Amino acid sequence: MSIRVESDLHRRRRSQNIGVAVCLVSFIGLVMVLSLVKITNTGPVEGYDHAPRPALADEVSQ
Amino acid sequence: MTEVSHHNSDYDPVFGDYVALLKPRVMSLVVFTAFVGLMAAPVALHPVEAFSAILFIAIGAGASGSLNMWWDADIDAVMRRTKSRPIPSGRTTPDAALGLGVALSGLSVLMLGLAANWHAAGWLAFTIFFYAVVYTMWLKRATPQNIVIGGAAGAFPPLIGWVAATGSVSIEAVLMFALIFMWTPPHFWALALFMRSDYDDAKVPMLTVTHGRPKTRLHILVYAILQSALAVGLAFTSVGGVIYLVVALVCNVIVLKDALRIWRRDEFVAEADDFKVERAFFKFSLLYLFVHFLAILAEALLAPYGLGGWS
Repeated sequence: MSIRVESDLHRRRRSQNIGVAVCLVSFIGLVMVLSLVKITNTGPVEGYDHAPRPALADEVSQ
Repeated sequence: MTEVSHHNSDYDPVFGDYVALLKPRVMSLVVFTAFVGLMAAPVALHPVEAFSAILFIAIGAGASGSLNMWWDADIDAVMRRTKSRPIPSGRTTPDAALGLGVALSGLSVLMLGLAANWHAAGWLAFTIFFYAVVYTMWLKRATPQNIVIGGAAGAFPPLIGWVAATGSVSIEAVLMFALIFMWTPPHFWALALFMRSDYDDAKVPMLTVTHGRPKTRLHILVYAILQSALAVGLAFTSVGGVIYLVVALVCNVIVLKDALRIWRRDEFVAEADDFKVERAFFKFSLLYLFVHFLAILAEALLAPYGLGGWS
C-alpha cells in the first residue's frame, strides 16, 4: 500500500499546473481557430508552383 | 528596480498570484475601452479576429502591469493601497514578475500582429514600452506630472482597438485617446487630495506635495475643462450621435460643477466635511468614463438599425 501525503504545497502546485494547462490548451485552440478563419477569409490562392494552370491557359487561348 | 523582496520561501504561489501580477482590474478597463474602439470603427473584423485582438491587447496591458509591479515593489510595500500586491506580500518573487511581463509582452505584440495587423501591434508595443519604461522606470519618481504621463499609457487601448479594425489612426481614435488622457489626471489628483499619506510615504512626487494643494485644485479645474471640451467634441465625429451628445452634456456639466467647487474650496472647508466634494468627484469620474464609452458603443450597435450616429 502506498503512502499518500498531500500537503498544502501539492495543492498549490496543482493549482499552478492546472492554470498553466488551461492557458496553453486555450492558446492552441485560439491559434487553430484563428488560422482557420484567416485561411477561409483569404479566398482562392494560386501559387507559382511550375504546374500547368488551366485558368491562365484559357486566358491565353482567348 | 528594488532590492526589496519579502518572498516567503515556504510559500508556493498559486495560479491566482500570477494573475494578480497582471492587474486584472486595470485589464477589465482596457478590455472595455479597446472593445469600444474596435466596435466603433467603420471596418468590421471577423468575431474570432476581434476577440483575439481584444484578448492580446488585454494581455499586453497585463504584461506592462507585471513589469510595473516588478520595478515598483519597493514603493508598493509602503503604500496602503498596494502593499497586498503579490511581490510586497511575498507571494511571488520580483524575478517571476519580470519574466512574466517580458514573456507576455512579446507574445501579445506578436499575436496581435498576426490576428489583426502590424500597425496595431506596433501601437501595443509602444504602449507597453511607454508604461513600463517611460512612466514606471523613468518619470513616475521624477516628476509631479507622472499622472499625466501614466494617463497616456492607459489611454491607448481604444486607439489600438480602432487601428486593429481599420489599420490606421483617425481623428476619432485620437479623440478617444485624448478623452482618457485628459480624464486620468483630475481623477487621480482628486484621490490624492483625500488619500493624503500614501504617496508622501512612498516619496512619489505628487502634485499635492510638490506644488501644494491649492495648485492641485486649480489643475483639476483646468483638466476638467479640457476633458469636457474633448468629450463634447467627440460627439460630432463619426462615432458620436444624439445619445452620446446627451450623455456627454449631462456628465460634463456635473464634472465641471464639481471641479469648480473643488477649486473654490480651501483645505479648512474640505477637512471640515471630510473631503466630501473631492470624494464625490472621484467616484463620479469612475462612472464618467464608463458611461461615455458605453454611449459610443450604443451608437455603434444601434447604427445598423438607423438609430445610432448622426445619419
